[in-house]
Order: sequence, then C-alpha cells, then structure tokens
Amino acid sequence: MKELLWLVVALPFAGALILALTGKKLSRMAVAIVGVGSISLAAIIAVGVGLGFLHDNPSGAAFDQTLWQWIDVFGFSPRIALHLDAVSLTFVFVVTFVAALIHLYSAPFMWKEEGYARFFLYMNLFVGFMLLLVLADNLILLYLGWEGVGLCSYLLIGFWYKDPANGYAARKAFIVTRVGDTAMVIGLFLLFTNFHTLNIQAILIAAPDAWPVGSGLAVTTAFLLLGGAIGKSAQFPLQVWLPDAMAGPSPVSALIHAATMVTAGVYLIARTHVLFSLAPVVQSIVAVIGAITLIMGGLAALYQHDIKRVLAYSTMSQIGYMFLALGVGAWSAAIFHFMIHAFFKALLFMAAGTVIWVMRDEHNMFRMGGLWKKLPVVFWTFLVGACALSALPLITAGFYSKDEILWLAYASDKGSAILWLAGIIGAFLTALYTFRMVFLTFFGSAKAEPTQRPDIGMTIPLVTLAVLSLVGGFIQLPANMGHVTLFADFIQQTLPVTVIRSVGRYTELLAQLMAGILALVGAGIAFKLYYNKPFPAAVPVRNGWQRFFYQGWDIDQLYDTLIVNPIVFLSRIDKDDVIDRCYSGLAYTATWLNGALSATQNGRLRWYAMVLAIGTIITLTILYYP
Amino acid sequence: MTIMTEQEIGLAAILFFLGLTGVLVRRNVIFMLMSVEVMLNAAGLAFIVGGSAWGKADGQVMLIFILAMAAAEVSVGLALIIQLYHKFKSDDADSVDKMSG
Repeated sequence: MKELLWLVVALPFAGALILALTGKKLSRMAVAIVGVGSISLAAIIAVGVGLGFLHDNPSGAAFDQTLWQWIDVFGFSPRIALHLDAVSLTFVFVVTFVAALIHLYSAPFMWKEEGYARFFLYMNLFVGFMLLLVLADNLILLYLGWEGVGLCSYLLIGFWYKDPANGYAARKAFIVTRVGDTAMVIGLFLLFTNFHTLNIQAILIAAPDAWPVGSGLAVTTAFLLLGGAIGKSAQFPLQVWLPDAMAGPSPVSALIHAATMVTAGVYLIARTHVLFSLAPVVQSIVAVIGAITLIMGGLAALYQHDIKRVLAYSTMSQIGYMFLALGVGAWSAAIFHFMIHAFFKALLFMAAGTVIWVMRDEHNMFRMGGLWKKLPVVFWTFLVGACALSALPLITAGFYSKDEILWLAYASDKGSAILWLAGIIGAFLTALYTFRMVFLTFFGSAKAEPTQRPDIGMTIPLVTLAVLSLVGGFIQLPANMGHVTLFADFIQQTLPVTVIRSVGRYTELLAQLMAGILALVGAGIAFKLYYNKPFPAAVPVRNGWQRFFYQGWDIDQLYDTLIVNPIVFLSRIDKDDVIDRCYSGLAYTATWLNGALSATQNGRLRWYAMVLAIGTIITLTILYYP
Repeated sequence: MTIMTEQEIGLAAILFFLGLTGVLVRRNVIFMLMSVEVMLNAAGLAFIVGGSAWGKADGQVMLIFILAMAAAEVSVGLALIIQLYHKFKSDDADSVDKMSG
C-alpha cells in the first residue's frame, strides 16, 4: 500500500492540471467534483499509505521512493524522490486531511464567486506543492515545494484581484517571504559546497562528523535556514505579511495561513534538526524568536476589530509556541502542537469565514453580536475551537499540546524560567483575546441579521474538526495525567528525544495548574469586560497605545521608515538612471562638437582664406619659436 | 650696386602679403583672382632669388611650374566666375554664402 505514496502528491497536481486545461468549460458542479475529489482521494490514499507504513516499518525506518532522476550535472544529481518517515507522515496526514475538509467547505463557500475554477486550480496546486515540500528527500526538491506554496499563497491572497488593496497584500506577502527565502538559498549553497549533496538524510548523517558543535559554518548555515523558516512562518521580524494576507478568501486563510504553509518553517527546522543541534546559539535564537512572537502576536490580537485579523495574529502567536518548542529541543511537542493547531485554527478560520459569509462580508466584530442563537452549529464549533486555542484545561486538545510546550520550555536542558514565563503570559493573552472574540461575535445585542444559512458542506468540516480539537489531545498526555506518549513515541522514531533536566517532583503539576488557572482567568476577564456590553457598532476609537498594538507594534511603519522610504527616495533620485547620464553625456558632447565644426563651413570664401592664413601664421610661429 | 638677397626676399614677402591682403579684403571675385596671381608671382620670385643665391637652376624650373599651374588655375577660376555670374547675377564672393554649417 505504501508504494502508492507518489499518488498522494500526483493527485492534487492532476486535479490542478485538469482544472487548468478545461476549467472554463466545466460547470461549477464539475469543478467542485474535480477540485474536492482529487484532494479527498489523496487523503484516503494517504491514510492507506500511513497504515501500510506503520505495518511494514514498525521500528520507524524511513521509506524512500525514487521517481526519476531530476538533474545530473558535475556531481549535482538531485532525484525526484519522496522520503516518508514519522515526521513527514504526520505532515502528510494533516495536510491532506485538513485540506480535504477545507476544499469541501470551499465548494459552497465560493459558489457565487467569479473564477470558481481558478480558485480550485490554485488550491489544488497549493496542496500538491505542500505535499512535495514535506515529502521531498532532498533540499532542492523541498525548495521547489517551498517556492510553489509561496506562489500559490500569492495567487490566492490576490484572488479578488480587482481590488488593488488585495494585490498589494499579495505582493507584500510574496516579497517579505522572499527576504527569508534568499537567506535559505544561500544556506543551501553552503550545504552543497560542504557536503556535495543536498540529500537531507545524507547531510544529517555527515554534518556531525564534518562540523564540531558551535563551529562557524554550522552556525551560519543554521542561521540562514532559520531566516527562511521565519519568513515562511511569519515570525518576528518577518511577520508583517501575515495580517495583510487575510485579504484572501477565508478557506485560503484556513488552509494556507493557519494550518499548513505557515508551519513549513517548523517543518524545515524539525527536518534539519541536526544542524540546529550543532549550532546551540541559533537554537536558542529560535526559542527567543518564538517567545517574542508569541507575546507580540497575543498583544496585537487583543486590539483588533476584524475577526480574521485576530485569528491571523493568533496564528503568529501559536507558531511562536512551536518555535519556542523547537528552540528548547522539544521536537515532538512542536510537531504535536502543529497538528492540534492545524485542527483548531482551520476550524476557527472556517467558522469565522461562515460568520463573514452569512453577514455579507462583515469583518468587524463590533457589528456582529447575538449570533449564537441564529447560528448554533457555527457557534458551538467556534466555541470548541476557541477553548482549544485558549487551552482550557483537561477537556481540549490545545491544553495538552500547549502544556507540553510550556512544561518543556522550563524543564528541558535548554529551557529556562524566562522562556516559560513568556509562554505562560502568552497563554493568558491567548485566552483573553480568544474569548473577547467569542463574546463580541456571538453574544450581546444583535447588530445585524444573518442573510443566508450555512450549507451542509460547510458544517460537516466544522463538526469534524471540532471533534478532533477535543479528542486529538488524548494521544499524548502528560506524565502525571495518564502518561500516554503515543505521539511522542511515534515522532521520536525520527527526531531526538527531549532531554529533561532534573526538577522537583511537583513542579510539573504546579506549572500545569498555573497554565490552567491563567487560561481560565483570561477567559473570565474577557467575560467581565466584553460579555453583553453595549459597544457601538463601529470601528472602536483607539488611543495611542491601543493604536500601536492594533497596527502590530508599528513594525510596518518602522520598515516603511527604515527600508521602503529610503529605497523609494533613492529610486526617485535615480529616476533618469545616473549611469545612463554618462553615456548620454558622450552623445551630447559629440553633437555639440559637430555643431561647432559645421558652423565653420559657412560658405564664405574670404573666411576660408583668413582661416588658412591664420593657420599658416600659427604653424610658422610654432616652427620658428618652438 | 648689388642687390642683397635679403632685400629680394623682402620684396617677395611684401608682394605676397599685398596679394594676401587683396584676397582677404576684396569682395569682387575677379580682384580676388588677381590677388591670388600676385601671391603666386611673389612665391615665384622667392624661388628665383633662392636659385640665384645658391647658383642652381632649380629655382627657375620651379617658376616654370608655377607659371604653368597659374595658367591652368586662371582658366578654371575664370570658368567658375562665369558660372557664378550666371547663377547669382553678381561678382560678389559674399553673395554665395548660402551654406549654413
């Protein structure tokens, strides 16, 4: 069964190809069948492949499938080959499963839009590239998928391209991630010059022998790869593109900017974990970046009024948790949180998308309110997602995944109390902004009436993901609560085990209690501040600090001042191209000399004679008085 | 009374500059042609003086060349002057400055 692995990647591409060639002629129903069908089939085959892999490789030995030789020049010979191990299987499972649900949701959601076939074409293409990214056995194929998902992200953010603002948001996302990608490419060059191969497993085996821990090359390479990861995963300081990426349709935000693409950075770091272990400095930078981003995103989310922007900042913040986990060496905790986050954040985005859909493109939470009676399915699923996001203790999956990260941020050998503190402050902020969103959107007085009912195709994915957001956590429970380690055992077939330093006996329980209580306190404060309060149905008035947080800590303004404006200024000066001026100067001089010389050819005979005489006199003078 | 070589050369120079001045200040083309003839003869005189000073016949040979060339030049020059007069009904050299660079 696992030999069908190539089909998992090929099916989305095939769907995209069919839609690209015949999309204009197909009816909407046929487009939906091709678009949703290809991904669903890929998901079903992925389950089969996963079962086959678990059955044949119980010890976790990787399964490689070489499709064909891609390039072969001067020792540079990457293959089109797929590498399936515990980590990539987890990603393949999450990507195909969540993508299939989101495609199913998109079919009714986008029904009335122009470019229905174009939408499914881009979405299928995206899933294909994302699967290529997580299954690639060499870094150059991974990079192909990496740029492919970036391209699809650009195309889908700018899907409603008739509004120039959406095009601007798409370009911003593309260019900002390109900054990180450039660093990553240089990292790949470094790896190739040192190891003469880009095969990931070969590099991971060769690196510890070639590079001592903390050597300059290891640190540089890890740092450059980290650059690519933070660009793609919207981490500080390259996080500015993610909130604007919400210009795309809601299913796009759910699939690309919450569940899959933005976690590609997490995947890259987990995949090349040996390089990061060789560069402890960079690994602690990963943790610090995660800690900074999770607090930044949490505070920014607290002051938004656009429901999707709350979720965008929340995504940044949650990926910050994954980076924090990677930074302290809690590899399996990061992957676990990625999986649970994919479930509840895709759920939240789709539920928010449904709310926006039934309210006819209303994004402002202050203009909603009182929806819980009118949209019961959406409300209850959204509430489950919100509980999982704010990690309400014991019942939600989010609690188990986030608690593991928080615990290891303190207890792992690379952890510290400061990282734990940042995580726990972030957990409090998460509960606060999440329930602020819930209370503003679904409670209080109704400010507008929903105009359409959500379709059955939209509610099925919501309910499925809501169930997963509740029970998904029970495959991995903390040591003092049942100690189930199914997920960690599975991931640790591929990634190293987290080293835990010795801590007091009740420290873990204390940390769990604090995390749980803070989440409840955050939800309680949100209840106190936002439940049934008569807010005006408009964009809230903000004072200086609130505006600072609302604009994402003014990082955009900072970059405008530091980078964008100087470049615009320089290009305005150089509008006429300074170098070109030198060459046009030559031409001007030649033309001027031509004019001066031809002016002497005036047709006056006596003038010619005079010039001859003067010339003779000058020549004679020079000859006699040299 | 012997005539000094320097005086002879001086005479040739004076004649040459008289001719040059004529070319430069006269506007009538016939007078300009005549002035050119004066300059040619000044040059011829200089050759004769040189030949006699060194006791060689070369100077006289050069004079014969110059006379032959002057005859040819005058015939061409007069033909041009007739064409000029035909076209512009004028013998003023400045009336044909229609080239403007």
